Amino acid sequence: MPTDTAAGTRSTPTPPAAPRRRLIRRRSHRKKTALFTVVGIISIVTIFPVFWMFTSSFKGADEVLSTNIIPNDPTLSNFDYVFTSVPFARYMFNSFVVSATVTVIALFFHSMAAYALARLRFRGRDTIFIAIFSTLLVTAPVVLVPLFLVVHRLGLLNSYAGLIIPAIFSAFGIFLLRQFYLSIPAELEEAAILDGCGYWMIYRKIILPMSRSIFAALAVLFFLANWNSFLWPLVATTDQDLQVVQLGIASFQDQHSADWNYVLAAALVAAIPTLIVFAFFQRRIVESVKTSGLK
Amino acid sequence: MTGTIGTADAPAPSTSHGERRQNNPNTRARRERRAAYLFLAPNLIGLTTFVAIPMLMSIVLAFFSVDGFGGYTFVGTANFERMVNDPLFLSSLGRTLIYLFVLVPGLFVSGLGLALLVRSQFPLVGLFRTALFAPNVISLVVIALIWKFLLTDDVGFVAKILGRVGITPPSWLGDPSYALATVMVITIWFSMGYYMLIFLAGLQDIPREYYEVASIDGAGPWATFRNVTWPLLKPTSFFILLTSTIAVMTGGLEMLVVLTNGGPANSTTLVIYYVYQQAFVYGEFGYASAIASIMVLILLAWSALLFALTRGGRFTHAD
Repeated sequence: MPTDTAAGTRSTPTPPAAPRRRLIRRRSHRKKTALFTVVGIISIVTIFPVFWMFTSSFKGADEVLSTNIIPNDPTLSNFDYVFTSVPFARYMFNSFVVSATVTVIALFFHSMAAYALARLRFRGRDTIFIAIFSTLLVTAPVVLVPLFLVVHRLGLLNSYAGLIIPAIFSAFGIFLLRQFYLSIPAELEEAAILDGCGYWMIYRKIILPMSRSIFAALAVLFFLANWNSFLWPLVATTDQDLQVVQLGIASFQDQHSADWNYVLAAALVAAIPTLIVFAFFQRRIVESVKTSGLK
Repeated sequence: MTGTIGTADAPAPSTSHGERRQNNPNTRARRERRAAYLFLAPNLIGLTTFVAIPMLMSIVLAFFSVDGFGGYTFVGTANFERMVNDPLFLSSLGRTLIYLFVLVPGLFVSGLGLALLVRSQFPLVGLFRTALFAPNVISLVVIALIWKFLLTDDVGFVAKILGRVGITPPSWLGDPSYALATVMVITIWFSMGYYMLIFLAGLQDIPREYYEVASIDGAGPWATFRNVTWPLLKPTSFFILLTSTIAVMTGGLEMLVVLTNGGPANSTTLVIYYVYQQAFVYGEFGYASAIASIMVLILLAWSALLFALTRGGRFTHAD
């Protein structure tokens, strides 16, 4: 341990005299003020474009390009227009169905695989794990073309199934859940086996209930990713009835390129679920981003 | 689990229980194996169908010409020969390299810089972290729309604010010499919060004692960073270099599709956009696959280089 050697070779530091301590405290106070100012400014600049979308979508057509921070004449008519001129509620419904279904099935499947990889012993386990893990390097845009051809061959283009099924399978959740399951103590399972429980029962009665908090974190990530997904729906659907919300706002912008008050209102409506989810589950998102980054 | 396997290895006692004890672990091992395969089955089928097969297909397709649907003709290396002689592909490759060489360091520095700024406690720091990360949860389509609005020529917010201080801004997205830079700034804007969080987690894993020792030694902020933070942050840095390269090279396509459509004058046609365009605008699936496979090769080479330089991200000299 470097700390030990460091402490050992150095003489114990003399406690700082009182004036010096005060100096340090004053200096740290100054440092905090400086940090507060610098980080505050960067944060405001960073969040400003999002805020600007928010405030501008309440402005009328003649005010939307003004630099008024608060609308002079706030109106809800933009939202009204968005929902009446195009089937925006339908887009949101489609996105919700796809995102929610993918999230639920993915959590279920991923946790099953993760349980097997973390808690069961069988030949080929490490090979399978490495194979699954290596698919993490393959990002969606790179295989977009062949994936499209596969889904076409399966006859799933232009269907909910075509939007949902390919989105379920990713190594990310399996990997994260496996790391989590590795840390569960074995005693509970051993007791269950002695009681004659099968593996399915152990998974249902022990593993799943223990996964609640990590499920919540993953669910937020999965839902956001699918709600925000644009590329796959763009190539996999042409049917108006299957249009998801991100496609909806993109084509809405194509048709109303100069009507920024409408376009921003549509963008805000599409972004609001993600912002709400973020506001509520902020800590979980942060935690899962951190763990996904480091383990 | 370890316990059950342990009893299997132990010599079976020659009591009446002997036979049961000998058989039980075997059947259990078989049952365990069968259960494991069943648990894995849905994912293995799905990952094979929607990840592994497309991956292999993209390599195979690179040697085919695909016309319309179903008509596959073997063309040998024609797609690759075409690539070498395709000025649009070559310029998109050059542009992607510029993009990589600016964005990977740019994201690294901005992420690390922000993480260093928000690592200590001061009033509202939690709120600031949230604000810095927030653009990350918004979809790229919405991000593209927000910036299209802010950067509208002459009447947009940015143009008006700059106009007030007497600057006539260029057409950020309409001038070929500015468009790529604009896309890069927007990319840094929405992704820096993500890298900040990962760096922050790495910073928080550094034991406080190291900093205490450094401060007792009278090390200034720069010396502390050089000798404590930087070396101990190396695994995080490795992870960020690897993932940001993949993200920069293959991500952001949504934004390009909505924001610039590769233009103006192809100035934002990156390789990933060119792949998309060849496949889904011109129907050239074979050619698109050949280009995508070159991209995968570049990514693999870069990952291998990173692994070699850092000894698998372990930085063994630290031990």
